[in-house]
Amino acid sequence: MRLSDIGIFLFFVNCVFTNNFIFSRFLGNCPYLGVSNKLETATGMGAAVTFVMGIASLFTYLSYSYILVPLNLQYLNTIAFILIIAALVQFVEMFMKKSLPALYSALGIYLPLITTNCAVLGVALLNMNSGYNLLESVLSGVFGALGFLLAIVLMAGVRERLESSDIPKAFKGFPISLIIAGLMSVAFLGFSGLVK
Amino acid sequence: MPKKISLRGTFVNGILAENPTFRLVLGTCPTIAVTTSAINGVGMGLAATFVLIGSNVVISMLRNFIPNKVRIPAFVVVICTFVTMIQLFMQAFMPSLYDALGIFLPLIVVNCIILARAEAYASKNPVLASAVDGLGMGFGFTLAMLLMGSVRELLGNGSIFGLNLLGASFEPALLFILAPGGFLIYGLLLGIINGLGNRRKHNKAIKEVKAA
Repeated sequence: MRLSDIGIFLFFVNCVFTNNFIFSRFLGNCPYLGVSNKLETATGMGAAVTFVMGIASLFTYLSYSYILVPLNLQYLNTIAFILIIAALVQFVEMFMKKSLPALYSALGIYLPLITTNCAVLGVALLNMNSGYNLLESVLSGVFGALGFLLAIVLMAGVRERLESSDIPKAFKGFPISLIIAGLMSVAFLGFSGLVK
Repeated sequence: MPKKISLRGTFVNGILAENPTFRLVLGTCPTIAVTTSAINGVGMGLAATFVLIGSNVVISMLRNFIPNKVRIPAFVVVICTFVTMIQLFMQAFMPSLYDALGIFLPLIVVNCIILARAEAYASKNPVLASAVDGLGMGFGFTLAMLLMGSVRELLGNGSIFGLNLLGASFEPALLFILAPGGFLIYGLLLGIINGLGNRRKHNKAIKEVKAA
């Protein structure tokens, strides 16, 4: 699915709908289920993930193509990527605290959680496996994260209404959320085949 | 100091009371993604078990040397080492499973079960107990993956471990192997297990009231 073949619009549709991170790639489920209780927190998490995934795609691409490949150390990719992501998240957090305090207080508590969000490491590995170039990597990171944002905001909207509905005791919390995610995923299945 | 529990208790704890998949709801991504068949589920479970035991042992050995402030990056590096080992091993000796697990094999690094055990158990307990804890947790995870994989393969393909069980007249519901099936089956199994747990608690409470 190269950018040059399908153009930016279809690339966007592919990342956000057809290959949605939650519904067809199964990445980032923990925050998706964990912080989708309220619309506000879900939006905050989604925004923080978008920010980090974009930057992480950029830096993992650069380090892979200009450090690991020339040194023939490709097998160290997992270690290198996770360290880059952890360092980036830490750095972004410190930077935001100093110079963007408003944004920091909005995203603050979600930032450290992102290190262990598998969507971030996932997108870095997927970019590498698909042989994307710099632009494609960054775009797939940002668009993919927008798909995550869409999924988590939709879920939060449903769960807010769920609180006042009558659910069997055993299904409260995670089970019912997973079943709802399953139904949403059926809907997203309809997008498959949209981008050839 | 943590309570003194027997090694057997530690082992069983990971399988039942604190089953990572059905009790703690950790590591949901691989649970949904790779359980399209029983064999994939078990392969993932065993790979994670290996990483859990290895990282628990090493982190437990180093628990007095790792400074508190940089413990998370240190844990991640240890975990990552074992993940890379199992990844290279599988690529060499089990290429078909390696392909089936795909990106989720390196993603064991960010599986919250492993970091959670490192943080909550291995960094506070001696080596042997940590190894047993890793074994128990890994076993619990593998069993859960086996259950998910079996149910999905049975409904979606009419077979378990490739063995056809439901006969030719069974019309497989492909949906259960596709993405939605993973979410639905996980939700339903989780609900059923919660229900059973609640009933047991309820019965126990009734017995206690009667005894009193």
